[in-house]
Amino acid sequence: MRVKLFNRELKKGSAELLILSLIEHRPRHGYEISKLIEQRSEGALKFNVASFYPLLYRLEKRGFISGRWVEKAGQRRRRYYQLTAQGKTVLKEQRSSWAEFVNAIDRITGGEHA
Amino acid sequence: MPDWSKEIHAAIARLKMDPAREAELVEELSQHLTDRYNELRCNGEDDAGACRLLEAELNDSNLVAELSRLLSTSPETAAPGLDRRERLFAGLGNDLRQSVRLLRLNPGFAALAILSLALGIGANTAIFELIDAVVMRTLPVPSPQQLADIQEIRGTRIGSTVARQEEFSFAIWEQLRQQKKAFSGIAAWSTERFDMGQGGEARYAEGMWVSGSFFQVLQVQPVLGRLIAQSDDYRGCGIRGAVISDAFWQRKFGGRGNVIGSKLSLDGHPFEIIGVTPPSFFGLEVGRSFDVALPLCTEPAIHREGAWTAHSTTWWLAAIGRLNQGWTFKRASAELAAIAPGIYSATLPAEYDAAARKDYLRYSLTAQPAATGDSPLRKQYADPLWMLLSISGLVLLIACANLANLMLARASARQREMALRLTLGASRLRLIRQLLAESLLLALSGATIGIALAQVLGSLLTAYIGNVTDPIFLPLYPDLRVLSFTFGVALLTCVLFGVAPAVQAANADPGTVMKTAGRGLTAGRQRFLLRRGLIVSQVALSLVLLVAALLFVQTFRNLLALDAGFRQENVLVADFDFSALNVPAANRLEYKRELLQKVKNIPGVISASETSIVPLSGDGWNEFIDIPSASISRKLVYFDAASEGYFQTLQTPMLAGRDFSENDTPASPPVAIVNQQFARSLLGQANPIGMTFGVKQPGGKPEKLYRIVGLVGNTKYRDLREDLTPIIFVAEYQIADPGTDSTFLIRSNEAPSALIASLKDATAKSSPAVVLNFSVLRTSILERLTRERLMATLSGFYGILAAVLAIVGIYGIISYMVVRRRNEIGVRIALGADKVNILGMILGEAVVLLVIGLVAGTGLAAAAGNAARAMLFGLAPFDPLTLALAAGGLTIIAVAASTIPAVRAVAVDPMQVLREE
Repeated sequence: MRVKLFNRELKKGSAELLILSLIEHRPRHGYEISKLIEQRSEGALKFNVASFYPLLYRLEKRGFISGRWVEKAGQRRRRYYQLTAQGKTVLKEQRSSWAEFVNAIDRITGGEHA
Repeated sequence: MPDWSKEIHAAIARLKMDPAREAELVEELSQHLTDRYNELRCNGEDDAGACRLLEAELNDSNLVAELSRLLSTSPETAAPGLDRRERLFAGLGNDLRQSVRLLRLNPGFAALAILSLALGIGANTAIFELIDAVVMRTLPVPSPQQLADIQEIRGTRIGSTVARQEEFSFAIWEQLRQQKKAFSGIAAWSTERFDMGQGGEARYAEGMWVSGSFFQVLQVQPVLGRLIAQSDDYRGCGIRGAVISDAFWQRKFGGRGNVIGSKLSLDGHPFEIIGVTPPSFFGLEVGRSFDVALPLCTEPAIHREGAWTAHSTTWWLAAIGRLNQGWTFKRASAELAAIAPGIYSATLPAEYDAAARKDYLRYSLTAQPAATGDSPLRKQYADPLWMLLSISGLVLLIACANLANLMLARASARQREMALRLTLGASRLRLIRQLLAESLLLALSGATIGIALAQVLGSLLTAYIGNVTDPIFLPLYPDLRVLSFTFGVALLTCVLFGVAPAVQAANADPGTVMKTAGRGLTAGRQRFLLRRGLIVSQVALSLVLLVAALLFVQTFRNLLALDAGFRQENVLVADFDFSALNVPAANRLEYKRELLQKVKNIPGVISASETSIVPLSGDGWNEFIDIPSASISRKLVYFDAASEGYFQTLQTPMLAGRDFSENDTPASPPVAIVNQQFARSLLGQANPIGMTFGVKQPGGKPEKLYRIVGLVGNTKYRDLREDLTPIIFVAEYQIADPGTDSTFLIRSNEAPSALIASLKDATAKSSPAVVLNFSVLRTSILERLTRERLMATLSGFYGILAAVLAIVGIYGIISYMVVRRRNEIGVRIALGADKVNILGMILGEAVVLLVIGLVAGTGLAAAAGNAARAMLFGLAPFDPLTLALAAGGLTIIAVAASTIPAVRAVAVDPMQVLREE
């Protein structure tokens, strides 16, 4: 499978949108989030620990996500992240702007009409 | 299974995190690496390979760098569409730099904006500087808040006032100075001009009479020599030393160091200069300064038989005290009120009758704050200055509305840029901040130039208010209060013209903007509403300013055209002081008659007369009279003394009886001429000839009876605005104890300069020691209308400026609307609309805005007129004719300004428009 490697800046810019959308419906821990990004992008988007966790902590510091330690029976405790109310608002705005941006780019880069 | 915690800990140790936080981070990253290790092993990677990969990830320098940034700041990544939190002033420097770049690309707009702001802010600052100097600034002495002005609470004042200060007689001062309870020191002072010449035309120095305690109470230190002290001020001191001001020292003595001991001639007496006051000290009168200060005890030596200190009914002193520690003004007032009965009973004038004595003994004293000094200038100009500040504030508002419209147009042109920046991750707050930075830059540039302009405007205003005979001394400089005002105004203007356009631009929906080409009506409706609102407010404010201008101009015109009862033109006022000739008292009347005759004999003189009170000079003389035949007792009436020819000189009509003549001498029965108002209001009849009245005499002498021999037309006495008042004219040459000076009113068709030269020549030949002073009557009267002239001139200027700004605004928005609706207009014309319809459509827009603005402005104009009521003369604050004139004028020029874009709209080529569609 050919993997398209996206421009670093573009990846960096969209990472926060990705993280927020993946925890929209249920809390997840860091490894799970990074794995889901890789899987759903079919390997196109990969984050290593050095770039992923600073992103996560930044979102937490800004109040878009909140993290808490959860201990499940028979497992080590893990830190789960979920969206805050503010995070939900931000996610909605980002989704809308991203869609418009993509459309705008499409219109400019699309072929001429007859 | 490797234990990643040690590696992680080693990697982030240098961040020196909080131990608990570090432990959590280590735990979390450790779990992630463990899960990754397991994943790699499941994918076939061996232990060494998996560890190598994960160590490489962990040791990526980005981790520490990113975590370090996170711990210290919150840097942002450029995420598309992310509405990020911004720190309020982060990047402000970049915004300002960007604004400078943008303004340089549009120099025309920048110049127009900065210039209009500079003018608006500069005008406001200039007037505020004047208000600061006249009303707010404290005296330049230590602890001015402790200074108290001691004032009299009194009924009618009987006696004479001879100086600008008229609170106390010398007798009262001698009682006051002994009071030590409330004040650590009390001082008395007054003002007078002293002639420095030796005959001929007078060269005056502005003088101050001061008690020995004056400089001590004010805590003023000399820059050279010493100042007048208690030891210099004692009864009978004669001619002592004089203290001069720094300005006088520089002007007259060139600032030379050996000025102490130099002689200075004042009213013919040689004074030795003993000291110089500091440059900042100008006395106690704001708006004036002094040249020389003399001790009170010297006054009898200068005025001799007319000495003010000797008369208990000559009111010429003011008193100032420094409160003792812990004393308040209220407490000091109570103390003064307690000692007042003792003071007034000790100083009761002997010549007062029973009623006057009773009145006098009811007088009391109070202490009022004197930190800002005394100022007739303040009384005269405080209200007009506040009114002018309001007017110039309104003009600035109108200028801001124009700028707001310009900024809206610029923001409109940058819509796509804003939308793209929003989409690429800029927050709305960031965009607003960047747009506001541009407004702030314009406002601050305007304010900086405005401060410089304000110095020029302030000097012009000061020169306008003052005149040659009555110069104003008012150092204007931008102190902290003025600077705070200026930059406060700058920030306010920035908010007023910058916020709305910035918020509108930043709130644009990026998707909508990207989709539309910006054509059609729908996209601009809200913006049009804001712009229309701005125009309506401009029209309303312009109406207020035009109405105000017309009211003040009419007030000035009414005062100029007012019939004062005499003809003001072509009259020269000449003061002759012949005290240096030592003419014996018995010969003075004869001397005065001869002097008058000499004046009459000068070629070019049509008529001349002597008088005690020059009309409309502000001087006054009143007495209590009794008219037994009319059952009138103790009526206070204004007096004047005049020689024959007085009414002829002033061209006041003689309605009945006769003028004074040579036969009216001290030996003949006293005669008087009264005005119409006297006859009507006091005697109830048109012709009072032959009636008599009595005037109380001092020292228990019998009442002096006067017979009325003439009736003249009404004239104004002290001020043009006053109501008509009864006036009694007595014969100048029947006065038993004439003074050593004469004031002549001389009517001539010669130019004043030529007449003055002739008078000087004539006097120089016969009596070179006589001191002369000249003024032109009409000029003096006009100088007393300076306040009204100032209001008329400045409000007129501002009214016109406001109208011009409003018209520019209307022209701008109508033009803008025509451009935006060009396609619509083209389509309408293509569909059959004729040119009249299009013209009507465009002009209709303008008229609607104008009408709404005029309606709103009418209410404001009525309120403004009411606020200015006290300053108006001869017209009501709400004058329908004035309002109609202002509204009509504004309508005509607004319609004219709108016609140009309307004609452009009609010239649109529909075919071209349709092709572009």
